[in-house]
Amino acid sequence: MALPATRLDRLTGPITEAGRCLQFLFRMLAGIRLSGPQILTVLQQTYLIGARSLVIIMICGFFVGMVLSLQAINALEQFGASDQVSLLVGKSLFRELGPVLTALLFAGRAGTSVTAEIGLMKATNQLEAMELMAIDPVQRIALPRFAAGVISVPLLTAMFSAMAILGSVVFAIGVIGLDAGIFWSKLQTGVYFEKDFLGGIWKSVVFGGTISLIAVYFGYSARPTGAGVGTATTNTVVLSSVLILIFDFIMTSFLT
Amino acid sequence: MATRDGTSPNPDTPVVRIRDLVFRRGDRTILDGVNIDIPKGGIVAFMGPSGVGKTTILRLISGQLRPDSGTVEINGHLISSMSDRELHHFRRNIGVLLQDGALFTDLTVFENIATPVREHTDLPEALVRRLVMSKLNAVGLGGIEYRMPHELSGGMARRVAFARAVVLDPDIMLYDEPMTGLDPIAVSTIRTLMRETNDALGQTSVVVSHNVTQVRQFADYCYIIASGRIAGEGNPEELAASIEPRVDQFMNGKVEGPIPFHYEPPGAPWGLLD
Repeated sequence: MALPATRLDRLTGPITEAGRCLQFLFRMLAGIRLSGPQILTVLQQTYLIGARSLVIIMICGFFVGMVLSLQAINALEQFGASDQVSLLVGKSLFRELGPVLTALLFAGRAGTSVTAEIGLMKATNQLEAMELMAIDPVQRIALPRFAAGVISVPLLTAMFSAMAILGSVVFAIGVIGLDAGIFWSKLQTGVYFEKDFLGGIWKSVVFGGTISLIAVYFGYSARPTGAGVGTATTNTVVLSSVLILIFDFIMTSFLT
Repeated sequence: MATRDGTSPNPDTPVVRIRDLVFRRGDRTILDGVNIDIPKGGIVAFMGPSGVGKTTILRLISGQLRPDSGTVEINGHLISSMSDRELHHFRRNIGVLLQDGALFTDLTVFENIATPVREHTDLPEALVRRLVMSKLNAVGLGGIEYRMPHELSGGMARRVAFARAVVLDPDIMLYDEPMTGLDPIAVSTIRTLMRETNDALGQTSVVVSHNVTQVRQFADYCYIIASGRIAGEGNPEELAASIEPRVDQFMNGKVEGPIPFHYEPPGAPWGLLD
């Protein structure tokens, strides 16, 4: 029995959209020139979407570290193992919470602003004006923002994890009164740079690429109206968040 | 057809040549068998009621749209069958002023005008600066180079957009409703700039407008589009005196006439007034 056209569209629509998104990615990658002006634009965008996300990432990281220590100490105390708190916090942070939470925060803070900015440029004919000036908006507008996202997320992840460790130190050592020497030695001996820290950084590179691609693609393909830009912005957060969690599971399966 | 400075462009070598152009959107035929020749050096205006396909013609000339059938040629190059890469290269000789100016909102006035220069030339920064400032001074806005677009009035923004469009001295200028929404002084300024730039650089200008009064003041030749076809053509004085019913209705702003006031979608089974 043949499916009605509308149902078929619902099934094939996401696949078609994913294909277009990948086509858009290849179009961006084909525009990499590594020229001075292009590098300068990427650096500017890294500052705008990366450095400006730093404060929110640091605050969230600090409190995640504190709450993680609080929960870990409560649980470990039952087995008389509360001195293992830094090991638990370190492992869970570097491998999972750091990359995932940073990516989710980045999608909400920077991904939405990139989609809204590009969508608004489309709605006010700025992208059309660029095309008419023989300037490719994909290279000029989308590529620097995409590259900035890929660069920013791993750096922000490292900063998030550092602040979370600091939060853990403040709570576990400062508030609960755990021995500082034991805290640091467990962290140093139990958490591995390559397996735990770099594993998380690799994840964050993929997350950064995913969020940035979705953000620039949805902005570029948004309907040029207020409602269209609003929908595209919402879709960026929703799809980015879902894909981050799916990719996290897939990568964790292969990395461990 | 003669330009306002008295020179007669050679009609045998039109800069823009459109033949048997058909363009459809879905079931609706926007342009149906249109033929147009635009000779070098003049300002040619396309007029007609809103939604009749004036801007569509501009987009077909700039290659943003492709015709369903027929051809669009610029200087002998077939725009309608160019690849995206060829079109991208070709557009360097075309300047476009869009209806709302479309300035890049994240760049200063200076950076807006410098963008096409930096993109398409290897001029040293000192020369880029001199070129940008000369264009800004030409539009009477020297001294505002560090302002952001949101700090400009509508008229100023349109003049900055004009400076950006002509900064590389293009052979062809396309204007989409260049004076809409401007006060009378800004309208006169833009009109003067269009005329002076066109004549000084030997450009060919194509203007889309629905304002009969304004077009009569600057255009050398006009086409009136109605019902997907050329309803009339000639210089503004000839068109004003035309007795062709559609031209007469449009030029004199009559409600009653062959150009319908009520829009009827294609395939509608019945109309409210039937």
